[in-house]
Amino acid sequence: MTIALETQNLEKTFGGLRVTRDLSLKIEQGARHALIGPNGAGKTTVINQLTGVLKPNSGRILLEGEDITDLPVHKRVLRGLSRTFQINQLYPDLTPLETIGLAVSERLGHGGDWWRRMGTRNDVNDEIADLLTRFHLLDVMNEETVTLPYGKQRLLEIAVAIAAKPRVLLLDEPAAGVPESERHDILAVVGSLPRDVTVLLIEHDMDLVFSFADRISVLVSGALLTEGPPDRVARDPQVKAVYLGEEAVNV
Amino acid sequence: MNASSDVGHYAQRQARWHYGEAAFWLAVLACGFVFPTRYLIMTDILRLALFAMSLDLILGYAGIVSLGHAAFFGVGAYAAGLLALHGIINEPVLALIAAGLAAMVLGFATSFLVIRGVDLTRLMVTLGIALLLEALAERFSNITGGTDGLQGIEMQPILGEIPFDMFGKAGFFYSLAVLFVLFLLARRIVHSPFGLSLRAIKNNPLRAAAIGIPVNRRLIAIYTLAALYAGIAGALFTQTTAIASLDVFAFDRSADLMLVLVIGGAGYLYGGLIGAVIFRILQEVFSTITPQYWQFWIGLVLVVIVLVGRQRLHRWVLYVPNLVIKQVAGRKAVVAVPESDA
Repeated sequence: MTIALETQNLEKTFGGLRVTRDLSLKIEQGARHALIGPNGAGKTTVINQLTGVLKPNSGRILLEGEDITDLPVHKRVLRGLSRTFQINQLYPDLTPLETIGLAVSERLGHGGDWWRRMGTRNDVNDEIADLLTRFHLLDVMNEETVTLPYGKQRLLEIAVAIAAKPRVLLLDEPAAGVPESERHDILAVVGSLPRDVTVLLIEHDMDLVFSFADRISVLVSGALLTEGPPDRVARDPQVKAVYLGEEAVNV
Repeated sequence: MNASSDVGHYAQRQARWHYGEAAFWLAVLACGFVFPTRYLIMTDILRLALFAMSLDLILGYAGIVSLGHAAFFGVGAYAAGLLALHGIINEPVLALIAAGLAAMVLGFATSFLVIRGVDLTRLMVTLGIALLLEALAERFSNITGGTDGLQGIEMQPILGEIPFDMFGKAGFFYSLAVLFVLFLLARRIVHSPFGLSLRAIKNNPLRAAAIGIPVNRRLIAIYTLAALYAGIAGALFTQTTAIASLDVFAFDRSADLMLVLVIGGAGYLYGGLIGAVIFRILQEVFSTITPQYWQFWIGLVLVVIVLVGRQRLHRWVLYVPNLVIKQVAGRKAVVAVPESDA
């Protein structure tokens, strides 16, 4: 078994508050791994450390066996670690075409090109067209992002992360805030991600977690409570007690 | 057309030349022939336009605010003056490039201070650097001439052929040529992936980094380039007026530049050019009406622009021209409307 993403004894404190406690996670290559936990468990803090937005106080992060703990955000992306955000982080003034075009250009190493115009490279155009089609964004590709309906923005959020051709993709609550009518598109897109992409899903929605994940880690107060396949985690009395509470879980 | 060529087509949409742009430059060129008695003020507008375009590159595209852009203008101005005064580089175009490079070096060195921190920090850092340079120029008066400025600069003919004349005709066309060349370069740059990545950084630096954009490196690059532009604007100032004094570093100069961009609009390159024209004309008009209180009226205009919103003003002003252009050229060929409007 190959490990795609690993944390070793990760620690993060904000002032006196330990938000990540001795966290060691192993995400297998090609896994559909979910990280769940109650509000304030420190899930997003973990994501921020994995992607390089926050530096851990101690511990290491390994991407495909290589230590990336000290790499800046953009270098991790170029190494194949990409993410979506819980709250859309898009470019309000840019169009989906520009947004995705930029991500593709960066990955292909044309991002610093200051001479050639956007749209003059066929390989980049092909990829943009492909992504826009797959994410149902072709019809709105020239609209400013800020004017798009929320569901479309959510699709764009995921499309941008995919444009980086990640080998490991971190999905931070992909369906958060999406109206019921548009949820289907999002779930279909998430479900159809190629199997060679390893996915770490952070999610509140238990239906989505249990339908999608083949392995679940439960985070409570910054520490790992338990980990295992969905059916075992669902039955775990500890998990029921601290996290799921009285909520019934149907697997 | 398939999706891919559609994408290529629309990706290049902004970069295509519009009729309005050609008309704009032809009109500027025509001014050089129609108003032969106004070369000095028109040259002044061109310099201001170039200087404003420099600020637009960092403010309008990359979102870096600066209240000390005169630092680079000043370095360019003094460099050009010293080069001419001591006969180090006599040919104006070469001297212009050398002076621009001097400002560029300063821009690169100070960019590391500027990219740290957010807006308020940047305002203070840029302001501080400009004040610092002004003080240095005053302190080393043996080199800069102190409060008297550099005296007795004599400019050699441009390219060894075209002498600067007392009416400022050569200076005007020289400045226009420099502005146009640098505009073409800037236009090329802002429509490249690099230019687009700057807009992404301005929109959302967090996401920009999350798609693999080296944010700091891009900001350093554009800040350095903007310093080159500002330095060349400063060098043009010295070359066309044959003076360089401490006021090239003055705070007013940096602050006026902000006004120019507010009036013209940032982030579409023409804002600095249009803003420079309107700003100088307003200055002229108001100072003719009330020589003492013209700043009152400039202030009033500024407040109105900010409150009403520039985009709305643009739409009103350009309503008729765009109506005509739409008839002639079809949709999308609109003049001088910020990208977000087009």
